[in-house]
Amino acid sequence: MRSIQGFRSQVFDAARLQQITASGIYAQRLPEQGFCVIELQDVSYGYGHGSDLILSQMSLRLAKGSFHFLTGPSGAGKTTFLKLCYGELRPNAGQVRLMGQDSATMARDDLALARQKIGVVYQDCQFLDHLDVAQNIALPLYVAGREITDAERRNLTQLVTWVDLRHRATALPPELSGGERQRAALARAIIRDPDVILADEPTGNVDWDMAMRQLRLLVELNRLGKAVLVATHDLAFIRAAKKQVAARVLRIVGGKLQLAGADL
Amino acid sequence: MSFLANIIAALIGDAASDRVVPSAGTSARLTIFASAAIAFLAVFALALSLAAGRVAERWSEDLARSSTIRIAAPMAEMEVQVAAVLSVLAQTPGVVSARELSMEEQRALLAPWFGADMPIEFLPLPRIIDVTGDAEGYDIEGLRLRLSAEAPNAILDDHGTWRSALISAAGRLRLMGYVALALIFGATVAMVTLAAQAALSANVQVIRVLRLVGARDAYIAGAFVRRFALRSLIGGGVGTVAGGIAILLFPNQASAQTVMVGLGFAGAEWLWLLIIPLLIAFVAFQATKAAAFRVLRGMP
Ligand SMILES: Nc1ncnc2c1ncn2[C@@H]1O[C@H](COP(=O)(O)OP(=O)(O)OP(=O)(O)O)[C@@H](O)[C@H]1O
Ligand SMILES: [Mg+2]
Repeated sequence: MRSIQGFRSQVFDAARLQQITASGIYAQRLPEQGFCVIELQDVSYGYGHGSDLILSQMSLRLAKGSFHFLTGPSGAGKTTFLKLCYGELRPNAGQVRLMGQDSATMARDDLALARQKIGVVYQDCQFLDHLDVAQNIALPLYVAGREITDAERRNLTQLVTWVDLRHRATALPPELSGGERQRAALARAIIRDPDVILADEPTGNVDWDMAMRQLRLLVELNRLGKAVLVATHDLAFIRAAKKQVAARVLRIVGGKLQLAGADL
Repeated sequence: MSFLANIIAALIGDAASDRVVPSAGTSARLTIFASAAIAFLAVFALALSLAAGRVAERWSEDLARSSTIRIAAPMAEMEVQVAAVLSVLAQTPGVVSARELSMEEQRALLAPWFGADMPIEFLPLPRIIDVTGDAEGYDIEGLRLRLSAEAPNAILDDHGTWRSALISAAGRLRLMGYVALALIFGATVAMVTLAAQAALSANVQVIRVLRLVGARDAYIAGAFVRRFALRSLIGGGVGTVAGGIAILLFPNQASAQTVMVGLGFAGAEWLWLLIIPLLIAFVAFQATKAAAFRVLRGMP
């Protein structure tokens, strides 16, 4: 416990986090607090035509500053749900709105811009294996199509230090351990100061201490106003989180989205 | 010249977007090589078209108003018949000048075949009279009839058969040159499209990740387009320079004054060579862009 406290005071210092994520070009904000960054309305989805629906009639509003957990047994559709949330999949029925726009009809460039505001920790990380860890973390900055500024470069260094990957910064992704990959994935998800963070099993491969470090980071970012949605089947992790933040726990059961009971 | 601006912007680009797509050494080298080969061939096709055009022009102008009378009479009658021909010509309306070729001129004409030192004075050469008509021309058939009466060994050659055959041959040659150019650029499109498609499908996963982290289509396509345009420009430049040097060294220049006009570029025509690599790069630019957007459209 002491080590976590130590790490917190050293790394997860809210003022410093604020300084990093809200500085320079990161300062752009959506107009009002509570703005719905992602909104699902009666969304149904099934892979392939005529196949059974994996998700049916789901509605959810991810407002700025909200914190959600998404649980459910393996194969329930958590990853599928997240894919709908960042527009990689389009619903068979219902509507997904990203930054206010319908994901099924929005222009490709608008979808790209929306994704720049959505930080995702993918379950399978999705790194580019020919770029080193630091470059992978900086990828959302690269794709802005302009040179990276000095401020951004400093933020990158700090963030890499934060997720404790400084010594691995020049390693290639295949050389990382599972936990290191997930930390790098988390760093990449937040490098561009997104409005919402979607994390798919971010703690699947890390030990309890590291899971708690990641949790603190997510909680701090949430306090800065970001919407957070974490898909996990790690109930202990959820319980630990609920002690720190007012999180709603959702559960996918039989293709339906339910609010979990008070036991969680 | 907006394509020029496009290409320049595409070539400058930003270093980061080049890094995000892994480079494939072999395909890069092959694209450069293929572009160089294409440019080399394009130089020759272009030279062929231009030269054929020049030939046709020259023949239709120079030969249109001129004809030749060849007198191959026995030595004893030669002078008489030459005088007879000249006097017939002098009385023919439409003939501006009639002049017998000197020994020197004959020597010059024969030099390509016999060499300059041939003592042609001792050969039983026919005598040749060069006839130039005015713009209206003269009555060829009437002249032919009178000549057959007054100088039976004189043969009038109005170059007509020659001329029309040569001009149509030159026209076809020029057409072939253009067709070859079109095919060469068609081949460029095919080559670059194949190479770009190979590069794109080898990088589908990379493209997907770039899309996921918020890259716009233009950014992703740009990384590929820049590469292929640059490689084609380099290859095209090398091939064009090589082709230009080959044309300079082309042996036909020496006989340019005679029947065959040399395969080469004259004066401002050399500027056409600047266009070849730019055109190849532009074609590569468009072909890669089309291929990239085809792949991207299939991705969410
Ligand atoms: N691309 C696909 N094509 C067809 N079926 C798929 C596809 N991806 C996922 N599925 C199926 O959809 C169901 C939901 O998958 P999903 O990955 O969303 O589950 P999950 O809740 O994230 O599971 P886990 O906890 O194991 O990550 C599974 O039965 C899975 O096999
Ligand atoms: Mg999953």
